[in-house]
Amino acid sequence: MKYVIMFTSTPELDAAVSPEHAEQVYRRVYEWFGTHSEAITDSGAELQPVTTATTITHSGGAPVVTDGPFSEAKEVIGGFSVIDVADLDAAIEMVKTWPMLELPGNSVEIRPMVVDYSHMEQ
Amino acid sequence: MSEPDAAAADSGEHRAAASDRLLARVLRDESARIVAALTAWLGNLDLAEESVAEAIEEAVRDWRLRGVPPNPGGWLTQAARHNALDRLRREKRYREKLAVLADPDPGPRVDPGEPDERLPLLFGCCHPALSPDAQLALTLRAICGLTTSQIARATLSPESTVAQRIVRAKRKIGSAGIPLRIPEGSERAARLDIVLTVVSVMYSEAHLVAGGDAAADRDLAEDAVWLARVIAHALPGEAEALGLLALLLLHRAREGARAVDGELVLLADQDRTQWDRRLISEAQAVLERAAMKRRPGRWQLHAAIAACHSDAPTGGETDWLQVLTLYDMLLAYDRSPIVRLNRAVALAEIDGPRAALEEVDALGDSLAGYHLWHAVRARMLGGVGREDEALAEDLRALELTANHAERRLLEGRIGS
Repeated sequence: MKYVIMFTSTPELDAAVSPEHAEQVYRRVYEWFGTHSEAITDSGAELQPVTTATTITHSGGAPVVTDGPFSEAKEVIGGFSVIDVADLDAAIEMVKTWPMLELPGNSVEIRPMVVDYSHMEQ
Repeated sequence: MSEPDAAAADSGEHRAAASDRLLARVLRDESARIVAALTAWLGNLDLAEESVAEAIEEAVRDWRLRGVPPNPGGWLTQAARHNALDRLRREKRYREKLAVLADPDPGPRVDPGEPDERLPLLFGCCHPALSPDAQLALTLRAICGLTTSQIARATLSPESTVAQRIVRAKRKIGSAGIPLRIPEGSERAARLDIVLTVVSVMYSEAHLVAGGDAAADRDLAEDAVWLARVIAHALPGEAEALGLLALLLLHRAREGARAVDGELVLLADQDRTQWDRRLISEAQAVLERAAMKRRPGRWQLHAAIAACHSDAPTGGETDWLQVLTLYDMLLAYDRSPIVRLNRAVALAEIDGPRAALEEVDALGDSLAGYHLWHAVRARMLGGVGREDEALAEDLRALELTANHAERRLLEGRIGS
């Protein structure tokens, strides 16, 4: 099954992590991608900080451009990858070892991907 | 209502209850096996479970009137298969779906030597990716064969909420790829603990029906004991599964003395000659088997504590030091506020109410909304002579209690 795994963090807590610690965790993130290379079908992307986000909404019949993320949540998505594993248990097993989970305010969301579009056929 | 009317209504209820009991027994023996077989056949738990649930609704209607057929499992399987095909027929691309069905026949029943096919289904229903409410509702329906309205009454939830909870959980199992199997390795113990928790909640829900004095049409406590037996039998190596079974058997043994004429009786005041000695000795044997595995855990400790109470000929002869020691051991596995509250009751017996009151007060933040915290606090306050505060706590406990029988017990204490 294909899943998108979304890595989230809490920017206000990220600041409290020392540069040395961050670098050490980063090294292990790199290794993590190596260890799970077979399951990762698309390494996805790491995103620039949420302060760089721009959001488009629709209001009064026209698109509106605003500064900032679409939600006011404290947690923000910092990146995502696509994995292909047997089932949710396999995905959980893999995600549990995500090195950044040890940092405060970090979490990972696992979402199954829509892969069957047959119901849209005529 | 005049008295003869009341008597007539009573006997009518009694007849229905007996037949509901038989239905419950048959349905829970068959339900999960058919769901498991149909899921394997259809490759789709949602559809399989829906079809079996529909068959169960039909069976309840039909069997209540005409009695249980000679081969209830066959009857239900036929009806469920028919419902499944009917549902598939209404879908697009019916022929394609029909073609990929596994063996057209779910096949003969697995022989007793085979592992129990209900267990992988149960472990899937209790996956941590499902909310505790959903785990319980789905287990009650797919494993125990309760109807949605029975679950709604037993869990005090609106029927539409329960229905939606079950549909969502089943869809999530399918679309999120939750496997229906017993996990291996380190996950196994954690998942077993969730399964056992669901069964234990099932047992306690049976006593919590708000406003209810009489039993619902399904006795959840009986269903829970049944399920604990199924698990312990299927996983004979799991000490904790035996621990939970022993615990529920010990609780069950006291059922007869727990209520007299619909009024609750506290453990200390129960007529212990009314306790079911057969169940108690069965529980003791189960607990000994668990202990021999040398794999202690919280369910075994809960059961050992319950066994201490069962061993005492009178409330006054309870070995409270042993109870307290077991609670101290239990804290290593379970530091939940409820466990600490129960430990405080044992502590009061050993170190007195003043020491226990300190413990109870420390739990106020987490248990202020729980009626028994106030009831225990009232007892401790009474023990140290703070009578006015004790009365206030008893009144607060009463305010927080929805169950009629529990209310009357508290009212009796306040009045005395």
